[in-house]
Amino acid sequence: MPSEPVLQTDKIIKYFHEPVKFKVLDGISIAINRGEFVSLVGKSGSGKSTLLYVLSTMDTDYEGRLKIDGETITGQKQNSLATIRNEKIGFVFQFHYLLPEFTCLKNVMIPALRLGKYSYREIEEKAYHKLEILGMKEQALKLSSKLSGGQQQRVAIARALINDPLIIMGDEPTGNLDSKNTDIVFDIFRQLSQEEKQTILVVTHDNDFAQKSDRIIEMKDGGINMRL
Amino acid sequence: MKRNNYNINSYISTTYVISQRRLTLIASLGVTIGIAIYIFMISLSSGVDRFSTASIFKNTSHIKIYKNEKISAPLIDNDGKNIGVIINPRIVPESDRIVNPLQLIDLLNRQTSVQSVSPQVSANVFYAAGKSQISGHIVSINEEADRMFNIGSTIVEGSMEDMHNTANGIIPGVGVAEKLNARLGDNISITSSRNVTKILKVVGLFSTKNQGTDDTKSYVNMPVAQQLLAEGPDYVSVINVNITDYDKAVSVARHFSFLTGYDAEDWITANESTVASEDMRALLFSAISFSILLVAGFGIYNILNMTIKQKIDEIAILKAMGFQGKDVIRIFVQQGLIIGLIGMLLGVILSSILIFLVSKVYIGGDIGFFPVVFEFSIFAEGLLFGLIITICAGYIPARKAANVDPVAILRK
Repeated sequence: MPSEPVLQTDKIIKYFHEPVKFKVLDGISIAINRGEFVSLVGKSGSGKSTLLYVLSTMDTDYEGRLKIDGETITGQKQNSLATIRNEKIGFVFQFHYLLPEFTCLKNVMIPALRLGKYSYREIEEKAYHKLEILGMKEQALKLSSKLSGGQQQRVAIARALINDPLIIMGDEPTGNLDSKNTDIVFDIFRQLSQEEKQTILVVTHDNDFAQKSDRIIEMKDGGINMRL
Repeated sequence: MKRNNYNINSYISTTYVISQRRLTLIASLGVTIGIAIYIFMISLSSGVDRFSTASIFKNTSHIKIYKNEKISAPLIDNDGKNIGVIINPRIVPESDRIVNPLQLIDLLNRQTSVQSVSPQVSANVFYAAGKSQISGHIVSINEEADRMFNIGSTIVEGSMEDMHNTANGIIPGVGVAEKLNARLGDNISITSSRNVTKILKVVGLFSTKNQGTDDTKSYVNMPVAQQLLAEGPDYVSVINVNITDYDKAVSVARHFSFLTGYDAEDWITANESTVASEDMRALLFSAISFSILLVAGFGIYNILNMTIKQKIDEIAILKAMGFQGKDVIRIFVQQGLIIGLIGMLLGVILSSILIFLVSKVYIGGDIGFFPVVFEFSIFAEGLLFGLIITICAGYIPARKAANVDPVAILRK
């Protein structure tokens, strides 16, 4: 391996306590490298979404160890986890979760304004640039609630990209999109992983989408079926 | 590393406030009414309090030093061991006299807490009107007493000046003068309980708009009062003392009593029921207005609770994108603060208008216009309470929002 993996887990175990105690993740150890485009697939209940949320640092109720960009995440306080997410991870969900009262541009800018690394002007410029990449520059000043579903999802992706995160995580990011928009999203992810060396980790039900990615991690009953 | 000062939290909360204009306005109006009523009621209550205290001081000094009547006691102590002594206890004659009043006045004047000291002689008298007699009382007057009780302001005819220049002058109340059919410059005859009769010249009339006082009371010069009681020039029945801070009258009076050896009665003790009713009124007004303010606080609490319920998805995504708990709290507390500040601003304006209107209401009698105070400290107090309630009403729902678990919301 050329360099240290961006994302690394060591025997992650997680239980659900409701309605009965149940082992969802059973000792997951994976490593994902910089610039890799990884699909996480598996049947419903296989634990793939659960694993994604553990990797996202939002779910802290697990056993084992998680490392992002060489830094041990496990055991960190909520506030520093929030800072790590802000800086290093971009999220795309099945639903766009844009703030409806804000324009597309402002929605994209919010995570960068939170990070506070650049001036307002610079952030605005970057946000326009990200929207342009996704073909949404013309809609920048519209309220996000006035757009179509595909457009909203693209704005949501632009928002995930604004801080140039190391890793982009998606939970069924194309689940609500038609095939045309799905292809657009895939191409964007492909481009980001190849050109920007950003790591993409996507949970998906879409087999075609998964087949086209660099690597597929298949989950089964809380464990991993390695392929490819 | 923070290179921009742009506050994203403020931006989000302002956007929420603006996009929910109607709700914001309604919650703000709640605060407006709460603050306005709070400030207005407290202003009313302090105005009325101040008036009633002022009217006490028209007749009562802060501290009154006098000699209480003494009951004669047996020469041998009846402590149970001795043979019982049968006595007939009675008031010792001439025991109500203050010995060497000039020295005492001098001593009191040297106390740092004392503002002014005025000796006073008062007596019950009969005003002669033809064959019938009107009972009443005379009170001695001098420059000190004039200043202390602001007697000059009640003079409706004649002047205090004439009184000082006329040894046998008298200033009767308007009611007394009317009954005696006496006008300025007329002579009236008064007889004291010691059966001394004097003819006095009316040099002025006073009116306190309190009928009980105006119909019975007259002011005379000190020597006249002493002569009416068949006493010498060193006779003083009461020494009135005004002190710098009348709220401390109770403890100062205790000190004076110890210092002089005579009874010292403070105005609070002398007017116990009036003072008690003042306290009660103040408490009542505060309780009512504070409850109204509290209800306004619930208005803010409510709107924020609603907002947070509506926006739980947005809160979850903000947290996913790296907003910390304290950022979320700031967003919603700030939203509450904006609502509260708008309400407070309008409340100050509304209460000012109300106070202005009430101060133009004429009540009549010795009150005149409604006694309402317009005081910065009351406004400041109202705003302070408003701010505290606003922050609490914002903080409680905001903390709930900060504890939202994004995984539970975002995982469908």
